[in-house]
Parts: sequence; structure tokens; C-alpha cells
Amino acid sequence: MLSPDEVYGVLNSVMDPEVPVISVVELGIVRDVAILNDAVTITITPTYSGCPAMREIEADIRTALVARGVHDVSVKLVLSPAWTTDWIGPEAREKLRAYGIAPPGRAEPQGLITLTRSRVAVPCPFCRSNDTRLQSEFGSTACKAIHVCNSCRQPFDEFKAL
Amino acid sequence: MTEPSFQVAAPRSTPVANPLFEYLLRLGDDRLVLGHRLSEWCGHGPILEEDIALSNMALDLIGHASSLLALAGEIEGQGRDADALAYFREAVTFRNALLVEIPNGDFAVTIVRQFLFDAYSVLLWDALSRCEHEGLAAIAAKSLKEDKYHLRHSSEWVVRLGDGTDESRARAQQALDTLWRFTGELFDHDAVDDAVAAEAFIAIDHDALHSLWLTMVKDVVQRATLTLPTDAAMRRGGRRGFHTESLGHMLATMQIVARSHPGASW
Repeated sequence: MLSPDEVYGVLNSVMDPEVPVISVVELGIVRDVAILNDAVTITITPTYSGCPAMREIEADIRTALVARGVHDVSVKLVLSPAWTTDWIGPEAREKLRAYGIAPPGRAEPQGLITLTRSRVAVPCPFCRSNDTRLQSEFGSTACKAIHVCNSCRQPFDEFKAL
Repeated sequence: MTEPSFQVAAPRSTPVANPLFEYLLRLGDDRLVLGHRLSEWCGHGPILEEDIALSNMALDLIGHASSLLALAGEIEGQGRDADALAYFREAVTFRNALLVEIPNGDFAVTIVRQFLFDAYSVLLWDALSRCEHEGLAAIAAKSLKEDKYHLRHSSEWVVRLGDGTDESRARAQQALDTLWRFTGELFDHDAVDDAVAAEAFIAIDHDALHSLWLTMVKDVVQRATLTLPTDAAMRRGGRRGFHTESLGHMLATMQIVARSHPGASW
């Protein structure tokens, strides 16, 4: 039977299907690993409520563990505490940048907000310039927005802070 | 997927048998119906960015509906899951407010409807995230984060349309005037609310919610240089299953695949 560390090792090889450079562990969605005799229970939390990748991720986790000889795998979904991009660590942020996705800024505090947002320019992941503009608040997946760099003229994705 | 089950609305005089189930249906149906309405824009948005935005918001809302209806199914205890509740109920058993089923109309109607609902939804989630029902509080805290993003988007568009060209301003005002009569229902308080407050510790002060909502709406309407309607002849009925004719048409489209191929998976 695998130890908890070994299970985390396996999960570290399960990549986010939409952003295949960071693992589900780095993304912060693995909330718990429980091992009881031959059974492994992985608790995950969704990024966005409607994220269609969650089912894919669940299947990928199962496949990866079965490949390592764990046959009794349960994947449990919890909503609380709600996922935040603050759980993405510095190394994973650098991987996102290298992949061409600007990493998320700091998440907003809980509770209500002011409607007029203070816009801080998102640094370009390619040339690091701060001279960028927001092109679209929504992007190719629920977790991304689209910006354009005025310096290198490159459009790029931003991982939205949540 | 459970077996399809069809039922008609309970007679009005019957006390609410399972108020928490009923309450969760209201929350879930609001988001399911609005999410489907927004998805109708997919491929038809006025600009590419907005096409993506409306589809993304639809995805979030349908995600919230999925969590809420799954919880409703558990509470009901009849073996119905989120899919069974979404696809195998008739219009008369839907509990959404009328506002969210109003057809998309032009872009101004869609955006103003979205803004009026987002403002309500954010305030409601904020309150529900502190309620004593653990399952609902978790859904509320998660949905709140996503809806805040929607609210900023829709409120910025209301300002842009209202304070834009003569054409966009006229359409935004027309949308506000048309939709206003459907906003009263959002803050109605009835026996279901009393019962969930007593049994499930979900106590929402609708008057306080309404006044916070009005402050928020007034602020944006003012910045958009639009005029707040004064017509107070509010239309209601959705919470009891009395819907406009457009809900049935919408559900026919939404439910046809699931009903033609019950239990299908891919």
C-alpha cells in the first residue's frame, strides 16, 4: 500500500486538463488524502462551480492511482472552504508564467465589494511589461481573462484571482 | 439518473410539505433558468468578448444550480438527482422568479435583467453564507465569489449602455422600465421562508435585503444616467408555479435531449 506521501506524489503527476503545466495538488484543489487499509479517499474541491474539467480531473486521479496498484479509490467533492487562487504556490505561479498565463493576483477579501473595481495592470507573462490592457473579463475557460500587452503586442491569458 | 417523474403543482391550500426542499428549488431554479437564458446567447453575442462573457456566466449559474438541485434532491429523499430535477419537471413545478425567465430580448434587456438579478444574488449569498445550514452555507460562500465577478460585469455594462449613445440609452431605459415589475417578487416573504427559518435556521430578512438591493441599484442607475421606474404594479407568481408562457417554451428546448434519451451518458 502507498503511504500518504506516495499518494501525493502520484497526484502531483495529475495535471489540470485545461492548464497542463500545473498539477491538481499545485492548483490547490486536493484538500485531503485518507488511507484506510487498501482504500484511498481523495477529497477535492472544485475551482469554479460549473467547471467542466472537474469530472475529467476525478477520472484522471482514479486512473493514476489504479496505475500504481491502488484499486479502491474514492474521490469526494467538498465545497467548503471555497477554493481560492491564493492556494496556488509560488512555484506553480512561475510555471503558469512560463506557460504564457499571467498568474493570479491576491484574492479579494470575503464578503461584499465595491462595484467600481480598482484596475491594476497585469504584467505580461512574455516580456514582463506592465503596459497591458484588459481585452475581455472572460476567457477560454471559467478561470481566465484575456489581456493584451502594449509593449510586445502579444495577447495573453490571466488566471483570474478568486 | 433516476426514473423520470412527472408531477403537477400542489393545490394552493396544502401546507408546504418539505419547506427546505421548496426553498432550495427556488434558489436552484432561479439559476438554472437564468443560466439557460444566458446560454441562448452562445454564438449570438453582439461582440466576441460578450459572447464569451455570457456563456461563462451561464456556466457558473448552471454550476450553482447543479449544487443546489443536488442538495434539494438529497433533502427530498425520493432519489431524484440534479438532472432529474432539472430535466423531468414541468413548468408548473418550477419555482424560479419570473424575472429570470423573461426572454433575452435585445442585449440591453439581457444586461439589465442580469444586473438586477446579480445585485440580488450577491446580497442573498452573502447572507446565506452565514446561515446555519452547513450545506447551503458552503454553496453560498462559493457562489458569492463567482457572482461578485458577474455583478461587476453587468453593472459596468448598465453604466456603459445608459451613459452611451442615444440608441443604447433608450434601449437600456426601456429594458429597465419593462423588467422593473418583476423585481418585487425577489423579496417576497412567505410560509416557506418562515418554515426554513424555524426548521433549518435559514433566516433571511427580505426587507433588509430589499433596501440594500435598492441602494445598490439606485447607485448604478444614477451613474448610468437612467431613471428608476416608479411603477409599483409588481407581477409575481413564479415561486408558486404560476409562470409566464415563455418558461414552457424555454423548458421544451432545455429538456428535449434528456427526455428523448433518458439515462443517456457520454
